Amino acid sequence: MLQETRARIDRLSLPWNAYGSDPYGICKNDLVWFFSAATFLYRDYFRVRAMGTEHVPSHGRAMLVGNHSGGIALDALIVVAAMFLEKDPPRLAQGMAEKFLANTPFASRLTSRLGHLTGLPEHVVQMLEDERLVLVFPEGARGTAKLFWDRDSLVQFGTGFMRLALQTQSPIIPFGFVGGGEAIPTIANSYKLGRLLGAPYVPFTPWIVPLPLPVRLDVHFGAPMTFEGSGNEDDATIEDKVEEVKRRIADLVAEGRRSLRGA
Amino acid sequence: MKILVTGASGLLAREVIRKLRATQHEIAGIDARPWPDAPAGVNVHVVDVRKRAAEDVFRRFRPNAVIHMATVTHLREKSAERYRINLGGTSAVFDHAEAHGAKHVIFVGRHTFYGAAPDSPLYHKEYEPPIGAHAFPELADLVAADLYACTALWRIPELKTCVLRVCYTLGPSRHGTLSAYLHPRRVPTVMGFDPLFQFMHEDDVAGAIVAALEKRLHGVYNVAGPPPLHLATLIRAVGHTPLRIPEPLLRFAFGRFGLPLLPPGAVTHLKYPVVIDATTFKLATGFQFRYDERQTIDSFRAAPDGK
Repeated sequence: MLQETRARIDRLSLPWNAYGSDPYGICKNDLVWFFSAATFLYRDYFRVRAMGTEHVPSHGRAMLVGNHSGGIALDALIVVAAMFLEKDPPRLAQGMAEKFLANTPFASRLTSRLGHLTGLPEHVVQMLEDERLVLVFPEGARGTAKLFWDRDSLVQFGTGFMRLALQTQSPIIPFGFVGGGEAIPTIANSYKLGRLLGAPYVPFTPWIVPLPLPVRLDVHFGAPMTFEGSGNEDDATIEDKVEEVKRRIADLVAEGRRSLRGA
Repeated sequence: MKILVTGASGLLAREVIRKLRATQHEIAGIDARPWPDAPAGVNVHVVDVRKRAAEDVFRRFRPNAVIHMATVTHLREKSAERYRINLGGTSAVFDHAEAHGAKHVIFVGRHTFYGAAPDSPLYHKEYEPPIGAHAFPELADLVAADLYACTALWRIPELKTCVLRVCYTLGPSRHGTLSAYLHPRRVPTVMGFDPLFQFMHEDDVAGAIVAALEKRLHGVYNVAGPPPLHLATLIRAVGHTPLRIPEPLLRFAFGRFGLPLLPPGAVTHLKYPVVIDATTFKLATGFQFRYDERQTIDSFRAAPDGK
């Protein structure tokens, strides 16, 4: 598996320097261990099924936009693994990390070396202009904080991603992620404990810690959505476009839920 | 062209002067420190740039262009004195340049202007304010000097003003902030953090300053070379070992146990990256760095007191 992982990393179209890192600080060696572990989780632990990966362009800029599912960002790990394992040539999806991670020892080091920069508009624009694949969860921390019984719902979407997609003329690839709520069934969130730890909240499961169960996860990618505009439109216009993406993601989540029930 | 270089005895300034001499310019220097073996024809006036004698150099030499490199960047100097030198000196240079007919002033500043913060963009652009500077108050004088130099862009419209924000330099002189930090065999870092560090060969930095002069740049420009490296990678590449210390202990350990004496604010620069986007400078000058990251590191390692 290690050899396969290394071979796929070599096929990523990233400008590696002599020390095996790229201009954003992505490190080849860190990708090797990360994707080795992610491959086990993807194929053996969660038995992930990724549908519609052909909608993700093989080259060039694109924005993967989807729902959060599960108390921690397990969904991000799975989507990144799906792009690496299912695309040929593989693609590295670069997520937008919560700001607190950059200030957290070890998490800061990890996210930076795996290419997940802090969620700032400047980072999204630069990566898209560099023809990278950017992973965005417009629900933000509100999305990972969903409780078990709300697991397939969508909470409020931020609108920044739409302005950035318009500004950079990037296609949006919507996806629906299901199963995360069953893997990490959050029954309560402690916002006080989160504040103490410098995180938005700390999720609790029936077994207290958010360790995921080995349940099947499905991710359904939809056809690319392209929008006309400059990114300078008024809020109402942007919100209409965001609502269109949100509806499409809700459809993909429902599709995923049906498919998961039939599995 | 007549060019006056302030801080002329500094190692980087000497490289700039050597390059300028190769292009037949007439050069003079000002520095409080002597440069005994200055190249023939380069008259280095041993005066403080803030004193009256320095203005007399401007008056008599009447430079067409001034390269202002007389800023103190090391942190051994007391903050109040650094403020006087860096801000007072910059103010004096612009006053004299305007009064004595200079047409172009280049202020050589540092990329640390932007500061390091967990929520700032990875690649800083010239238009950004120094939002992260508050975390490292010991560098406030350099930030103030940079901002003061920027006022000349609108204050003295007849003068072409160029503010360069140059990333760390590294090279065979083993001189400068980054070289000093990398000097111990075990280099202190903050446990759990590994920021990107951006550096450039000192010969390339000198070349970039000369390019700014020759292209008569007006405006603010970031100057950088090869893409940045993670700090731990850099430390290992120079043949040393990262000494990972938890942040609360590191603040206490500075200046003890053989570790360098650094101000508490320096910790932010060991946790978060200060990386700049130098695209505008490259487009304006066509400048290309000659040394990539490996060649730059190798030149540092191979220098006489290398380990």
